[in-house]
Amino acid sequence: MTSPLIQFENVNKWFGTFHALRDIHLQVQRGERIVICGPSGSGKSTLLRCINRLEEHQEGKITVMGIELTDDLKSIERIRRQVGMVFQQFNLFPHLSVLDNLTLAPIWVEKISPELAQERAMQQLERVHIADQAHKFPLQLSGGQQQRVAIARALCLTPQILLFDEPTSALDPEMVQEVLDVMTSLAKQGTTMLCVTHEMHFARAVADRVIFMDEGQIIEEAPPTAFFDHAQHPRTQAFLKRLVV
Amino acid sequence: MQYRASTLLPARQPPLQNTRVMQWAKQNLWGTSVSAVTTALLVLILLWSIPSLLEWSVVHAVFSANADQCQAARDIGACWGVVAEKYRVILFGRYPFDAQWRPLLATLVLTLLLVASCLPVFWNRYLAVAWASIWLFFFVLMGGGKWLGIPTGLVYIPTDQWGGLPLTMMLATLSITLAFPLAILVALGRQSTMPAVRSVCIVYVELVRGVPLISVLFMASFMLPLLLPTGTSPDVLIRVLVGITLFSAAYTAEIVRGGLQAIPRGQVEAAYTLGLGYWQTQRQVVLPQALAHVVPSLMNNFIAIFKDTSLVTIVSLYELTGALGLAVSGDPNWRPFKLEAYLFITLIYFCICFAMSRYSLWVERQVSHR
Repeated sequence: MTSPLIQFENVNKWFGTFHALRDIHLQVQRGERIVICGPSGSGKSTLLRCINRLEEHQEGKITVMGIELTDDLKSIERIRRQVGMVFQQFNLFPHLSVLDNLTLAPIWVEKISPELAQERAMQQLERVHIADQAHKFPLQLSGGQQQRVAIARALCLTPQILLFDEPTSALDPEMVQEVLDVMTSLAKQGTTMLCVTHEMHFARAVADRVIFMDEGQIIEEAPPTAFFDHAQHPRTQAFLKRLVV
Repeated sequence: MQYRASTLLPARQPPLQNTRVMQWAKQNLWGTSVSAVTTALLVLILLWSIPSLLEWSVVHAVFSANADQCQAARDIGACWGVVAEKYRVILFGRYPFDAQWRPLLATLVLTLLLVASCLPVFWNRYLAVAWASIWLFFFVLMGGGKWLGIPTGLVYIPTDQWGGLPLTMMLATLSITLAFPLAILVALGRQSTMPAVRSVCIVYVELVRGVPLISVLFMASFMLPLLLPTGTSPDVLIRVLVGITLFSAAYTAEIVRGGLQAIPRGQVEAAYTLGLGYWQTQRQVVLPQALAHVVPSLMNNFIAIFKDTSLVTIVSLYELTGALGLAVSGDPNWRPFKLEAYLFITLIYFCICFAMSRYSLWVERQVSHR
């Protein structure tokens, strides 16, 4: 058996006195697609953000691609290059054109030539069907287009793991699908994905496992069919009842 | 089921307005009773003041450098003769008369490079080389004498004799270029997670802001030599330059900090996620946006620094304003016409500051990407 790509062992985290993550155990294998759901404030985003050290955990052990996450900046930067992240608010750089958003990290982190970086960036933009907008600035695009650019930006570093933190929550309803389509096609290509989302159709269609969190704990985890049709825990059942109207 | 619209309405042109000018005038000059009264009052004030202003500054004015004629026209006409008579002292201060081609040339070259630096076509690595060589050229030309044992063939002129516009331009340009990067470091330092760095930056800013520039200059000039071992005190120009730079950097740092605070946390997180380190993130993502937010206040501050250089008179350096006092106050024939001389340097200050503010507007337009 190969060692897992991501491993949480007994991880705890507090914000001040608020216990945000409680005894988290989690293993993610290469190529797995995981959807994390749960009520707001349940620690889903925090869990995701611990993987690339946007948040620091205080107890337990997190290993990503065999590297343990500690204060060591070098290993954090090594992990971050391999872990792409897509945010709820897109977080594109508004002062750079779409193309420059995509080439920034390849040029400054990977130190490849601007020409090569642009070539690769255009490939990624085509992959998310937005190559015609390459020379616009982010704020000139619609929310859905911006989020697709953000996905393309994460893909430019050819990450081994992709983290999605509520990627469709800030979008107008008519733009949600175009982003989900891109994510679905990524999932089908075998990318390891961890996705915090409430898009249950997406979860059913692509997830290998669905994880339900509440009050900083992983309450339940199961393959999507089992999760949606036979949730075990009363809290999960209550959550799903409220979600599926 | 009834539909409100069965076909899409075609887009139409907006209605034509009567001429733009009339529209504007109506809205702004007599649209309401308050603005009508204000307009009338302003027109009256202009009608009353412009003729007498013209009479004083043109009709009865004396343009030749003749003190007797000026004396005769006193109180009814301006004496522009004072400018004709004294412009060289005003522009170059105590710099020896015969060698004044040197500050003239130095100022021209400096101004030329300043203008070139404002144009994006010249923004490349050669600009830095150009600046380094220009400063060397400036100081060698102004100072003359021997540099590193090599004779320049020019008479040595000590820095306390430098003055006028070249001194103003040099102090302003150098202190702004030195203060700006320092300010950025201090502003970043104030946001640092390292308590020691943060405290040093806070103490520096608060200390400097609590003291008037005059006392900073005074201390730099008179107290520093007392603290340093005898014979090691740096040139008065350097002491003053350090004083102005440290002073302006504290103010500029607060402006930069304001810009930094406007950048959402997500920008930094996105950059970190892409593997950028702290300095790369600041340089590529945070600072370009933060500085763009504060272009108007930055330029405001730079203009203030430019004018603050006039305070170096306190330590007997006669820059433009100081040189004016030197030129006119000591001469009983021309002393009564100080006002006209002041109007002359006002014009110089205004031209430079106006150019700076127009440039800032242009930069603002360049950095907005909506």
